[in-house]
Amino acid sequence: MLWDALLLALREIRRNIMRSALTMLGIVIGVASVIIMVNLGSGATLQVSRQISTLGSNMLMVRSGQRLGFGQRSAAKAFDMNDVDAITRDIRGIAAAAPSAAQSLVAIYGNRNWSTTITGTNNNYFAVANWTLAKGREFSTSELRSGAAVCILGNTVRKELFGNQNPLGEKIRLNKMTCQIIGLFAPKGQSVGGRDQDDLVIIPLRTLWRRIAGKQEVQMIYVSAKDGVSTNKVKRDIELLMRERRRISPTEDDDFNVRDMKEIAAALTGTTQILTTLLGAVAAVSLLVGGIGIMNIMLVSVTERTREIGIRLAIGALEREVLLQFLVEAVVLSSLGGIIGISLAVATSYGLASLLQMPAVFDPGIMLLAFLFSAAVGVIFGYFPARKAARLDPIEALRYE
Amino acid sequence: MNTQAEKNTASLIELRDITKVYGTGQATMHALRGIDLSIDRGDFVAMMGPSGSGKSTCMNILGCLDVPSAGQYLFENVDVGLLSRNQRALLRRNYIGFVFQGFNLLARTSALENVELPLIYRGIPAAERHTRAGEALAQVGLSGWEAHAPGELSGGQQQRVAIARAIVTEPEILLADEPTGNLDTARSMEIMELLTRFNQEHNITIVIVTHEQEMAAFAHRVVHFRDGLVDDNTPHRELN
Repeated sequence: MLWDALLLALREIRRNIMRSALTMLGIVIGVASVIIMVNLGSGATLQVSRQISTLGSNMLMVRSGQRLGFGQRSAAKAFDMNDVDAITRDIRGIAAAAPSAAQSLVAIYGNRNWSTTITGTNNNYFAVANWTLAKGREFSTSELRSGAAVCILGNTVRKELFGNQNPLGEKIRLNKMTCQIIGLFAPKGQSVGGRDQDDLVIIPLRTLWRRIAGKQEVQMIYVSAKDGVSTNKVKRDIELLMRERRRISPTEDDDFNVRDMKEIAAALTGTTQILTTLLGAVAAVSLLVGGIGIMNIMLVSVTERTREIGIRLAIGALEREVLLQFLVEAVVLSSLGGIIGISLAVATSYGLASLLQMPAVFDPGIMLLAFLFSAAVGVIFGYFPARKAARLDPIEALRYE
Repeated sequence: MNTQAEKNTASLIELRDITKVYGTGQATMHALRGIDLSIDRGDFVAMMGPSGSGKSTCMNILGCLDVPSAGQYLFENVDVGLLSRNQRALLRRNYIGFVFQGFNLLARTSALENVELPLIYRGIPAAERHTRAGEALAQVGLSGWEAHAPGELSGGQQQRVAIARAIVTEPEILLADEPTGNLDTARSMEIMELLTRFNQEHNITIVIVTHEQEMAAFAHRVVHFRDGLVDDNTPHRELN
């Protein structure tokens, strides 16, 4: 009996190829749009969290001046090495602290030049800011102490100045200083804000002071907390210490700021999650619209189908045989539409992800949910009008206009 | 009662005081006001009468497509009034063939598939279905038209497909509600000749509803309907 119903249903689908295709189209679009949007949203979230992890977890940045708004700060006295020593000595739960000062200038090699940022710091910086060396070595103690002309390049600077050539041991010019390349960083890619993190040159802090900046300032102190230590507590301790060292009275505001990467990360993750939810909501609407499309096609064909049901009943079909046939038909159409929709969504998600340079993420839960919803709409609106018709007297069904 | 039941064993169909009422209250319409009718096996009956006289209603009751409001309907001595909806469907499936004025074929479905349909519900295997449907189409003179959908056939051809669908199951009785109502005279004659042939060669009992005297002339007897009552003056054809 089920086999016969399947046979009748398949015949019916083939017979009304246009109606079947339109019904499936509704399901295909509904299923595909939800899956694609949620996949893209999840991909964006994943990408942001990956980018955040390249910043260095547990990292805090201490800068002089107060943040006034986006990228602006008030002028204030810079830090010096005593501040760095004090933080290293007095704050508990710190893994490392790295002083730094930076300056923009043009790096020259042969006939090529590249405008970049030169940062002076020490070896602690690598661990704190999560940099790993792809080739070469860190600074030696004597290089750091004497302010030797040595540098480590980020991947972008290497590419721009050297192309495919091996830069280790070569010399580049930074202003009037000629410095030897002793190391290369592994690439990190873009930051969350879209800045190229690999566009940098690192030299010893003392070298920057003596040969480039001409003054002995620490512009920023990178601090990393030990694993399991609350960055929030470290941040408060640093703030207290700095207020004391900078003799700020209790009535005055800080003239420096401490930023916790975790807070930034949380804010960014929150934003992308909101984005994902929003995309999901938009997709849910399109699923609903797809559902209404399915419903319309099913209901529009009810006149023809009611007469057909009348014919079947008149020649001796049982109510349940007719219903089984229509149910099988709705299930076959909905499943087929769902499967096509999922395939389309997977292909499109891959395509878009590679186009947008994002990781492709697939959420099986959403796929199942979208599929079940569309299938339910298809089955309900395919089945219930049929049930109503099958309960009519055959003669009424035959006369149905 | 006993003697009467025995007396009626020869009748395929026995209607006793059948009434049919549509609607309630002010809108009540008495379609049948108490019909007595018996039809023997192998009979060929034409039902005639003006519109609204109850002949189509009577036909639908005979075909178990509709149920009477009161009265008794015996089909081969089985009281149809006691049957469930599904049992009536099975009775249609196994004993009754229908031909409608509007043909009522499945659209966009080949003639062969249309004729096969009742065999599917009877659970006949595919190979046998094909053979029998092909034979039925041949009997109505439509060999070579198996693959054509109703839209590609003339009215007369469509009605012949419908007749093939009705007789493919070899029913006890074939009910035709104005089978020639949508056809011209030449096609109508062909259809009536076809029905006559099935009546004579296969001993299928045939009941038709018609407006036209010429068509009714093919029948053994004519039952006249007037205002929901039977005006039956025609004697039963003597069997044997």
